[in-house]
Amino acid sequence: MITESLLLTIALAPLVGAIIAGLFGRQVGRAGAHTVTILGVAVSTALSLYVLKLIALDGHPDVNLSVYTWFEIGSIKAEVGFLVDPLTAVMMSVVTSVSLMVHIYTIGYMHEDPGYQRFFAYISLFTFSMLMLVMSNNFMQLFFGWEAVGLVSYLLIGFWYKRPTAIFANLKAFLVNRVGDFGFLLGIGLVLAYLGSLDYATVFQKAPELVGQTFNPWGTVEWAVPTLICLLLFVGAMGKSAQVPLHVWLPDSMEGPTPISALIHAATMVTAGIFMVARMSPLYELSEVALSTILVIGSITALFMGFIGIVQNDIKRVVAYSTLSQLGYMTVALGASAYSAAIFHLMTHAFFKALLFLGAGSVIIAMHHEQDLRRMGGLRKYMPITFATAWIGTLALMGFPGTSGFYSKDAILYAVGAADRPGATFAYVCLMIGVAVTAFYSFRMLYLAFHGQERFGHDDHGHGHDDHHGHDDHGHGHGDHKPHETPWVVTLPLILLAIPSLAIGYFTAGPLLFGDFFGSAIHLAEGREPLAAMAEHFGHGPLAFALHGFVTAPVWLALAGAGLATYIYLFNPALADKAKSALAPIHRLLERKYGFDELYQAVFAKGSVLLGRVFWRAGDQTVIDGLMVNGSAALVDRFAHAVRRLQSGFLYHYAFMMILGLIVIVGAFALLK
Amino acid sequence: MADSALLNLVLWLPFAGMLALALLPAARAELIRGLSLALMAVQFALVAWLVARFDPAQGLQFATDLPWIPDWGVHYRIGLDGYNVLLVALTAFLGPLVVLGAQRAVTKDLKLFHAMIQGIQFAMLGTFLAQDLFVFYVFWEAMLIPMFLIIGIWGGERRVYATMKFVLYTAFGSILMLAALIYLVWTLNQTTGVRSFAFADLIGLNLPLDAQLWLLAAFGLSFAIKVPMVPLHTWLPDAHVEAPTTGSVILAGVLLKMGTYGFLKLGFPLFPEATRELAPWLMGLSVAGILYGACLALVQDDIKKVIAYSSISHLGYVMIGLLSFELVGIQGAIVQMVSHGLVAGGLFLMVGMIYERCHSRKIADYGGLAKLMPLYSVAFLLLTLASVGLPTTSGFTGEFMALLGAFAAGWKAQAAGDSLMLVYAVLAVLGVVLGALYMLRLAGALLFGAERAPHAPLNDLDGRERAILVAILAAVFWLGLAPGPALELTEGAAREYRAIVLGHAATEGGQ
Repeated sequence: MITESLLLTIALAPLVGAIIAGLFGRQVGRAGAHTVTILGVAVSTALSLYVLKLIALDGHPDVNLSVYTWFEIGSIKAEVGFLVDPLTAVMMSVVTSVSLMVHIYTIGYMHEDPGYQRFFAYISLFTFSMLMLVMSNNFMQLFFGWEAVGLVSYLLIGFWYKRPTAIFANLKAFLVNRVGDFGFLLGIGLVLAYLGSLDYATVFQKAPELVGQTFNPWGTVEWAVPTLICLLLFVGAMGKSAQVPLHVWLPDSMEGPTPISALIHAATMVTAGIFMVARMSPLYELSEVALSTILVIGSITALFMGFIGIVQNDIKRVVAYSTLSQLGYMTVALGASAYSAAIFHLMTHAFFKALLFLGAGSVIIAMHHEQDLRRMGGLRKYMPITFATAWIGTLALMGFPGTSGFYSKDAILYAVGAADRPGATFAYVCLMIGVAVTAFYSFRMLYLAFHGQERFGHDDHGHGHDDHHGHDDHGHGHGDHKPHETPWVVTLPLILLAIPSLAIGYFTAGPLLFGDFFGSAIHLAEGREPLAAMAEHFGHGPLAFALHGFVTAPVWLALAGAGLATYIYLFNPALADKAKSALAPIHRLLERKYGFDELYQAVFAKGSVLLGRVFWRAGDQTVIDGLMVNGSAALVDRFAHAVRRLQSGFLYHYAFMMILGLIVIVGAFALLK
Repeated sequence: MADSALLNLVLWLPFAGMLALALLPAARAELIRGLSLALMAVQFALVAWLVARFDPAQGLQFATDLPWIPDWGVHYRIGLDGYNVLLVALTAFLGPLVVLGAQRAVTKDLKLFHAMIQGIQFAMLGTFLAQDLFVFYVFWEAMLIPMFLIIGIWGGERRVYATMKFVLYTAFGSILMLAALIYLVWTLNQTTGVRSFAFADLIGLNLPLDAQLWLLAAFGLSFAIKVPMVPLHTWLPDAHVEAPTTGSVILAGVLLKMGTYGFLKLGFPLFPEATRELAPWLMGLSVAGILYGACLALVQDDIKKVIAYSSISHLGYVMIGLLSFELVGIQGAIVQMVSHGLVAGGLFLMVGMIYERCHSRKIADYGGLAKLMPLYSVAFLLLTLASVGLPTTSGFTGEFMALLGAFAAGWKAQAAGDSLMLVYAVLAVLGVVLGALYMLRLAGALLFGAERAPHAPLNDLDGRERAILVAILAAVFWLGLAPGPALELTEGAAREYRAIVLGHAATEGGQ
């Protein structure tokens, strides 16, 4: 039975851990802090998996209950409540299990950091917030969770708050997300205005009423209400899930410690936007325009962010751009109405991307906080476990047949290939090229880090190398500079994440994509079957499907990308430099990330400050104070000066004035009569 | 003891305190501080007791009505109602914290200082509690004197300029209000033969529209200066910067709410038709204030100025809530008043705490306080987040509800073919983005980065400071997590306000 207390326990257990570690960190000590937070998250994980089992296997009906009324005014009711259906259950399980892995990993990664307890408090707080977000049964709580995960992300990106780059990055992340929130809030406002409720069940039930309604902003312009709502909500998703052009914060978020890059900026928080759109499928299905827009934005993100990944030399940034690109894939799936494929890819991606990030972190530890790929190489013999798991992660990311990524990526490609709404062809082409690009940069990273020559140890070991910003620089006192395999608290999560990265697709693709697994959680418009084409081939089971994969284009594209990377980075390293100089303009464009940062810096950051200065100088100081306030004071002053001269102390002056006054008064009377 | 007597005790306690403090020997510093704090604490306890017994289902409660100048119809009328109950609670809540906050900072003319704090407390409570226009006006004017002295005597270098500006602005508004008030009462006498200053009599007086417009302009100017609304705001940054911490806290915590409270209790209900007529203009000015204040907060280099300009922005939300004429917006406006009092008051207290240690308010002088003063930094960050309006804090409750109200009004206007209100609502949401920008920029500059502060190393918060901040943060989160009980107290008043302001429209529509 899924009861209120069960759900509350799942959500609150990490919060309790966070509070103990955060407020009483000094008292409980380091071991106390990680024990209590890990315990909290472990409880949540176990119970979440139990809920998933009840929902997925035992046919437990969906649960929708309210636990607390935040406020109630007139017809507006803001509540805290839980909606548990298959979609929620999957999300809860993904969030808690990745979070648990990251908690364990953190023991190893942060063990020398003075902010140890604080870090555990933050990541547990994050887990709580993320759970509240996915378990919500209403828009209000969704927004609460939305803001809360953003806040924790802000705190964690700036975790090493002494670094100016980290402080810049966290402010940037918060602000870009606020821009997204701007749209999101307007969208929620519209939902409330047109449907009169913030409760999912009510809203989705009444959603069909929106069809045909138009909104008339000015003149004769008319916007379809469902499209407007969906696009505004999607602006929020673009912020959180880092879609072009609101993607700029995610690469910079790598300033945070690696465990949170894995948990927040790869596996969970950044997928909140994807989850939200899937959750709102009854709304999105009403608007072809919105879905087409999503399709296009997602495909741009998927391909063009992938390109940037090719030229990055910071190991974390390669993975970050890969995350952007993969988020683009999920977004495209949403745009193709293949919500279940999006969630499926979200799940497999959570595992293999968390694995890749944590693997990158393991490398970073071994390299004494060196993150530059050009100073690595040949690490496979020093750290076999990290090496092996990184290979698994890479294979899953490129979509090698049989791995989890293969099933989820293929599902998206099938769905887009079959979609017929505007933009679908463009999206399909982008994604297909993206497959090759993904394989190329993944293998490039793999080879640069683990294969080839050892490029570390024999150089000026100064930290004066920076064309990038992010290297985790907490103190380090090791005598030897040889890399070494990381401790078990680091490798265990790698192994535990490698298993689902390899196998979860094989076991779950069938039921998740083709069974009626999501039931009413995901709503499709009448007659829409985005995955029908794939279902044909999937008929003979996941193994046959994987084998069939070898005769399909995506797999060959991926192999081509990987092959090219193999040739260049294993056999002919000079070719990379040659290509770089031959394609210099393109290379520069990619290195500058298409110039988004410069543009935003120039227009928005400088612009708002300039606006403030102009208002201040021209408005407050010159017009209001200068002219009106001080002006009137000066006027009074001048008047007083003038009047003072009248009071001269000479009697004849006064007598003259009295006579003058009398004449004026008498004259006035005479005239007015 | 009857509850109404208790309410009188609440009001007159600080007055008695002021006199008692005047009689104490100036050398007994501890006694003066102790008495001042004790008075505030007792007052808060009494208010808490009364608020707990306040019945949301009824209107005016614990009321007193005594003839004062019978020939003019002036009565001493005070009482607690849904309009003022939360603000009275806020005033009483901040009272002890203000006194505590000044423990170390003020040594000059200690006796006079504490007498003035008691004095302004008396005047502020009187203004909130007044149910008679004459009484209201007397208290309204009385607030000016202690504030004038607090800034003028204990203020910074440019205090004379700041007080000049403060008085000039405020006196200008007051004169107009006095004229309007006399006209109003005279008209009441002319039309009904009743000689009364009671709110209850004056509200519902059916004036012609043009008279209403003039009167609203006169009252409104006085209130708008106090809010402050752009472009009548420039006294505020100067007053804040020059005022001692105590002055800033009182100013941001309670005094600024006088303007919005004035609109809520008097300005709009007295002249409903004119209010509806001018609502789009006032709304426009409020939204301009939200954005203008936010833009200016962005470019300040003095911590106090950032918070001062942020006040202009945050009180803009109160105004749009009130002007939405939607229940949720009005309720949000009231919560936002309280929230701003707590958050801005708390932030000013925190500026005082760091100023006492470092004698600088320049943002550029600071950095890395997270390392130097961890507890301070946590509290500052929490208040910053409340100011930014993050969910679970009072700032979110107020802002969000006010915005919901503005939107609801916007849709209605939109349906009637007028997009302006909706545009205003959208622009107001933009203020949320800017709010994050200037506040996080401030917090980032102070708390993060390389450790840097004049007179470092610094002591972290001591017990007294911790107590102050825990109290404020508790209230901030209480209003954020469980606004229900507070909203219940004011719901009746919000409904009444809405009915009065829209009332004539309904009957006109029926005719």
